[in-house]
Amino acid sequence: MMRFLVPLVVFVVLVGFFWKGLELNPSDVPSPLIDKPAPAFSLQELENPAAKIGPADLRGKVWLLNVWASWCVSCREEHPVLLRYSKTGEVPIYGLNYKDVRKDATKWLQQFGNPYVVSGFDVDGQVGIDYGVYGVPETYVIDKQGIIRHKHIGPITDQVLRDEIVPIVRKLQG
Amino acid sequence: MKRLIAVLLILLSCSTFSMAKEAEPVMGDPVLQARVMKLAGELRCLVCQGESLAESHSDFAADMLRKIRALVEQGKTDQEIKDYLVARYGDFILYRPPFSGITLVVWLFPILLLTAGASLLIFNLKRRRARVKVAPLSEEEQTRVKNLLNEGDSKA
Repeated sequence: MMRFLVPLVVFVVLVGFFWKGLELNPSDVPSPLIDKPAPAFSLQELENPAAKIGPADLRGKVWLLNVWASWCVSCREEHPVLLRYSKTGEVPIYGLNYKDVRKDATKWLQQFGNPYVVSGFDVDGQVGIDYGVYGVPETYVIDKQGIIRHKHIGPITDQVLRDEIVPIVRKLQG
Repeated sequence: MKRLIAVLLILLSCSTFSMAKEAEPVMGDPVLQARVMKLAGELRCLVCQGESLAESHSDFAADMLRKIRALVEQGKTDQEIKDYLVARYGDFILYRPPFSGITLVVWLFPILLLTAGASLLIFNLKRRRARVKVAPLSEEEQTRVKNLLNEGDSKA
């Protein structure tokens, strides 16, 4: 009996692991910043270099930080989704324009539309490093106390928005 | 037993292969550069994952190298630099995960598996040996054996 039972149990356990592994995306590296305060920064606004923007200005409201760049192909893919979501006015979306050229970035927004309240201009990618950005686009959900509650790596699709972002935003808004 | 040890030794030697590193253009102080590259060799490129920061040619790796170089120039220790990166990118950026928390599983599971396998093997071998009993031949059997052997001799 044991002769058959042991291999069977081992097999079932392995299948369990492999099954779970199929669902996992190896490029989704869990961020250590979840449930930690959003790293502080004070960046020039993309379209108004005289003004500064940072997480400290956004205390007291739930907001999204979307890391984007005009050179980023997947950003173009998620852009219509963000635009549509921004029009609902449910949550303010702030941009982190990552390692971009100011002229290219502003042109990109004029061409495709601007879902952002404001975009910070992170020309050398230093803020990106502080946020653990390694693949653009990335999106962070930050709560009223300035704590990062969720991070999505890769483009936001309608499905991601519906199943991931919106429920978290609503929960945080209370 | 000797054979078992030999097999184990061969298995162990397979796992300690050395890793080749790619040469990068030397910039500035060679001592500093050597430290940066040594550190980068122990850190994972999160974009390519199979490669270290030292081997990778991705933009991400280039940015990280620049950051590490800046931190080295600021006089940070290797540990401080690793802590800095782990705080932002998580333990996954380290090729050698820390000996704590969930990564304990990564460190201890192979040892556990090896011990379990070895004890099972030893247990089974011992049980098998206990089952095989040395049964001395009776007098009757002895004579039969002798007769049979003699028969063979006379035929040849």
